[in-house]
Amino acid sequence: MADTAQKPMSLQDMILRLHAFWSAEGCLILQPYDMRMGAGTFHPATTLRALGPEPWNAAFVQPCRRPTDGRYGENPNRLQHYYQYQVILKPSPANLQELYLKSLMAIGIDPLVHDLRFVEDDWESPTLGAWGLGWEVWCDGMEVTQFTYFQQMGGFDCKPVAGELTYGLERLAMYIQGVDNVYDLAFNNHGVTYGDVFLENERQMSKWNFEVADTDSLFEGFRRAEEECRRSLDAGVPIAAYEQAIEASHLFNLLQARGVISVQERASYMGRVRDLARGSCEAYMDKFKDDWAAKYPGWSA
Amino acid sequence: MSPNVTSTADFLLELRCEEIPARMQAGARADLEKLFRKELDAAGLKPGAITVWSTPRRLALIAKGLPLATEAVREEAKGPRTSAPEQALEGFLRKTGLTKDQLTERDGVWFAVTEKPGRATADVLAEAIPAIVRAFPWPKSQRWGAASLATDSLRWVRPLSGIVAILGEDLVELEVGGIRSGYATLGHRFHHAGEITIGSAHDYAEKLRACHVIVDHVEREGIVRTKAKAAAEAAGLVLVEDEGLVIENAGLTEWPQPLLGRFDEAFLAVPPEVIQLTARINQKYFICRDGAGNLANAFVCTANIEAKDHGVAIVDGNRKVLAARLSDARFFWEQDKKKPLALQAEKLARITFHEKLGTVGQRQDRFIGLADAFQGQLADSVPAAKQAAAILKADLVTEMVGEFPELQGLMGGYYAAAEGLPGAVAAAVRDHYKPAGQSDALPTEGAAILTALIDKIDALVGFFGADLKPTGSKDPFALRRAALGVIRLVTENELRLSLGQLFDAAAQLYRAQGIAVENASAELLAFFADRLKVQQREAGVRHDLIDAVFAVKDAKGGGEDDLVRLLARVHALQAFVTTEDGTNLLAGYKRAANILKKEGAHDQTAGAHGEGTVPPTGEEDPLVLVDDPALKGVAAQFSHPERTLSYQPEPAEQALIDALDTAEPRAEAAIAVEDFTAAMAALASLRAPIDSFFDQVTVNDADANKRASRLGMLGRFRAAVHKVADFSRIEG
Repeated sequence: MADTAQKPMSLQDMILRLHAFWSAEGCLILQPYDMRMGAGTFHPATTLRALGPEPWNAAFVQPCRRPTDGRYGENPNRLQHYYQYQVILKPSPANLQELYLKSLMAIGIDPLVHDLRFVEDDWESPTLGAWGLGWEVWCDGMEVTQFTYFQQMGGFDCKPVAGELTYGLERLAMYIQGVDNVYDLAFNNHGVTYGDVFLENERQMSKWNFEVADTDSLFEGFRRAEEECRRSLDAGVPIAAYEQAIEASHLFNLLQARGVISVQERASYMGRVRDLARGSCEAYMDKFKDDWAAKYPGWSA
Repeated sequence: MSPNVTSTADFLLELRCEEIPARMQAGARADLEKLFRKELDAAGLKPGAITVWSTPRRLALIAKGLPLATEAVREEAKGPRTSAPEQALEGFLRKTGLTKDQLTERDGVWFAVTEKPGRATADVLAEAIPAIVRAFPWPKSQRWGAASLATDSLRWVRPLSGIVAILGEDLVELEVGGIRSGYATLGHRFHHAGEITIGSAHDYAEKLRACHVIVDHVEREGIVRTKAKAAAEAAGLVLVEDEGLVIENAGLTEWPQPLLGRFDEAFLAVPPEVIQLTARINQKYFICRDGAGNLANAFVCTANIEAKDHGVAIVDGNRKVLAARLSDARFFWEQDKKKPLALQAEKLARITFHEKLGTVGQRQDRFIGLADAFQGQLADSVPAAKQAAAILKADLVTEMVGEFPELQGLMGGYYAAAEGLPGAVAAAVRDHYKPAGQSDALPTEGAAILTALIDKIDALVGFFGADLKPTGSKDPFALRRAALGVIRLVTENELRLSLGQLFDAAAQLYRAQGIAVENASAELLAFFADRLKVQQREAGVRHDLIDAVFAVKDAKGGGEDDLVRLLARVHALQAFVTTEDGTNLLAGYKRAANILKKEGAHDQTAGAHGEGTVPPTGEEDPLVLVDDPALKGVAAQFSHPERTLSYQPEPAEQALIDALDTAEPRAEAAIAVEDFTAAMAALASLRAPIDSFFDQVTVNDADANKRASRLGMLGRFRAAVHKVADFSRIEG
C-alpha cells in the first residue's frame, strides 16, 4: 500500500511515474512493439540492442500475451494479456540496484515499511539462446520484478553486459492499491477499473485462444513465418527476420493453447523457433560487427 | 613498513557485492578460507585463528596474529667442481641464471647462493587477494558493467562492489577488476545511508552492527531460530523447527526480524503437507502447530528491516501472497477430488515410464500381477495391495502433484481416502515410495509393505533387464535406493521370501506385455549383496561374512536369496568367528584348503571367484573337475568317502573321522531348522580334532592309499564347513 495520504496510485499513474523516473535517468522512453509477444524481452529494443558494444538505455511498457494463462476472466491473478514494464541499461551501471530501489520509492513503496529483498533467480530463455544471473525482487514476499544481468543473447556473450528490469505492472499495482482481484485495479483516478478495460477482452480472447483459433491457419502461419524469416535473412534484413521469429514464437504458443502439439513435437517446435531467433541475432551481429570492432577497441563478437 | 618478523597484526578482508544467493554462502566461506590459507602458506606466513563470515552482501575474513613480514630465505644450489670442464660450468650458469662472479666457491665446488629477503606481509596480501578473487570457484558467476566489453573481464557471483583490506590499522592497497581497496564499506541497505569507515579488524563487526548489519552468520541464524520460536510461543503455538529454513533466512538478511502472521483458517481444509510445502519452498516461511499438534493457520516470515510500523504492512503483504498460493493449492485439491483415481489412472497409458520399459499404465498392470507372487506372511494383504496397485501412480496426473511433485504418493493417499477407499488401500497408495533412504520410516500396513516392494522390484528388474544398471556414481533411476528399500522392507519386517522367485515373476510380467527384459536375477542378487554389505556396515556386520553366506547354495543349487535367513546365518557366523574356537577352526580350514589345493584338488571356490559367478560351496562333488589319472584314487576317495579304512588309522585320524561323523548330521539338522548357532556349535566340535590331526598326522604320506584317505578326510571337513558358510571368503 502506498504510504501517501491520498488515494493509492492508479495503474496509469504508476506507469507515468516510472516513465518520468527512467526518463530522468537518461533512458529513451519507447512505446510498445506492435507485435504479439510472450515477454518484454522479445522486444527488439531488448533482444537485438543487447547485442554489440553500443550503449543503450531504454524503458517501455510491453503488452505480453500468454495464451495458456487465460482463465476466461475468472481467476483474480491470471491473464492471457498483461503488461510488463521493461528497462534495459547497457552497460549495466554500477548503481543499478540503487536506481531500481529509487524507482520503487517513486511509485510509493517505502523500504522501511515494506520488506524488499533480492532472492536468487537466474533467467534463461532457450528460445532466444539467452541467459543471465540475477534475482526476483520480493516486496513483502511477493515477486514484483525480475532483475537480470544478461550474460548471453542469441548465443553470443553480452559484451558489455546489459541489466534488464522487468516489473510486473498489474501485480505491483495490486500491491500498491491493496486489491486482491486484478479486475478491481483502478486504471485511472476517475473510476475506470482494469476490469472495465480488459475483462471482456480476457473472456473473448481466452475463448479464442483455447477454442476458436483455426489450427490449420496457425500451422500455416508458423510455416510461413519460418519461410519469411529465412528469406529475410538471405536478403540481409535481420530486423525483419527477427520479427518473423517473434511471430513464429507466438503462433507456437497459440498452438500450445489449442492443445494440438504433442509432448514429442513440442521440443521440435521450440527448436525451430530458437533457430529463427538465433539466426536473426547472428545476422544482426554479422551486419554490424566490423563497424563495432572498429569503433570499440578491445571489442570482438 | 620495515620487515619485522617479531611483530604481528590482525588482518581484515571484506569483499562486498550485490546479493549472494543464500545457498552459496556456506561454500563461499569455506572456499575463501581455503584459498586464503593457500596463499599464506605459499608465502610462508603462519596466521593465528581465521574467522570467516557472510551476509547476503559481503564475505568477510579476519586472520589473527599475522606476522608483518615473511622470513628471509637463503637457498644454495650445488654446482660442478671448480676443476670440471668449462661446459659443465656454463650449463650450471644457464640453469641458475647467474654469472660466474656471482657464484661462491667452497672446497673446490661452485655454489649458487640466492638470498630471498623477507617480504612485507602487506605486499604479499596485495598480490594474494586479487589472485583469490580471480580464482574464486563460485558455482555460477557473471560479468557486469562497462568492463564487460572485454570477454576476460572479472567474474563474480554478482557484481563485486567494494573491498576492505586492513592489516593492523593500515590499508593494504590493492586493485582487482577496477575496484580499489579502501577503509569504507556500507551498512544495511535501508537502515543506514552512506559509507562507514572501518578502523581495523577489531571494530569491524561492531561498526557494522551499529549500522544494522550482523555480519556473523551464526549469530543471525541464532536470531532467526530463537525469535521465530518466540513469535510462535507468543501466539500460543509451537514452531515447526527447520534448520534449512533457519540457514536460508539468515542468508537472505543482514538484520533478521522474524514476524508471525495468520492466514484464513478455511485453508486448513487443504492437506497440511501442501500448506507446509507451499510456505516453505515458495515463501521460505516457518509453519506452526497448535497445542494438539495440528497445523495452525499461522506462518513466520523473516523480514530484513525493523519496520516503522513494527511489521504490520510486511505481515499483511506476506499473508496475501500466501493466501494467493494457498487458493491455488485449494483449487487443485478440489479439482482433483472431483475425479476418482481410477479415472485419472487412465491417463497413465499415455505417460512413458522409460522408452525401453513401456508406459506407467503398463507398470500398474504389472503391479497387479506381481502382487499375486507374494504369498506366506503377506497373503492376507494381497487383495488390498492389488486394489491399490491399480491406482498406485494415478496421482502423477493430478493438478496438485503437477504443481508439487514432492507430494507424489502422499496426495494419492489423500485422494484415495477422500473417495472412500478402504484405509489399507489409501495407506498402500500413500506409502509405496517408502522408505526414501536408510533412516526414513517404513510403511507399517501389510498392503503398503507389498506396494512398496512391488514398485521397487518392478523397477529393479526392468532397468537391470534392459541393461540400464547403475555405474560408478551414476544411478539415474535411483536403483541403489530401491534395492536398499527392498532390503529394509524385507529384513526389518522379517519377511520370508525368495527374491529370486520375485525377480523371475516380475521379468515374466514384462515379457507378457511384449517388453523385452533379460533375466538378470543373478546380477540383481549380486547387486543386493553389495547393497546389503553397505547397509549392514553401520550395524557392524562384516562384509566378508555376508559374502561367505551369500555363496551358500541350497540342495537345488540355488544361491541364498532369503535375506532374513541370510542375516541370521551371518549374525551366528560373526559371533562364532570371533570366538577362540572360531578363529582356530578358520585356521584349520585354511590349512586344509591349502593342502587340498596343493595336492591338485582344484579349489573350485577360488577359481569361481575370478569368473564372478556365485562360487560353489563344497556341497557339490568336490573333484568333478579333476581329470588327472594319477589322482583317480584320490578322486574316488573324495567322491565316495569310505568310513572303513584299509589301514589302521592313527588315533588323531580316527578322532577326526568320529568328530565328522557326529558333527555333519548335527550341523545339517541345525541348518534345517535354521538354528545357526547350533550349526556353529557343531562346527566348533571339529576344532580340537582338526588341530590334533594336523599336529599328529602326516597327510602327505609315502603310502598313496593313506595319502588319498587323509586328503579325503580334509575334503569331508571342508565340505562340512561349507554347509554353514563359504569360509574361503572369510578374511583373517
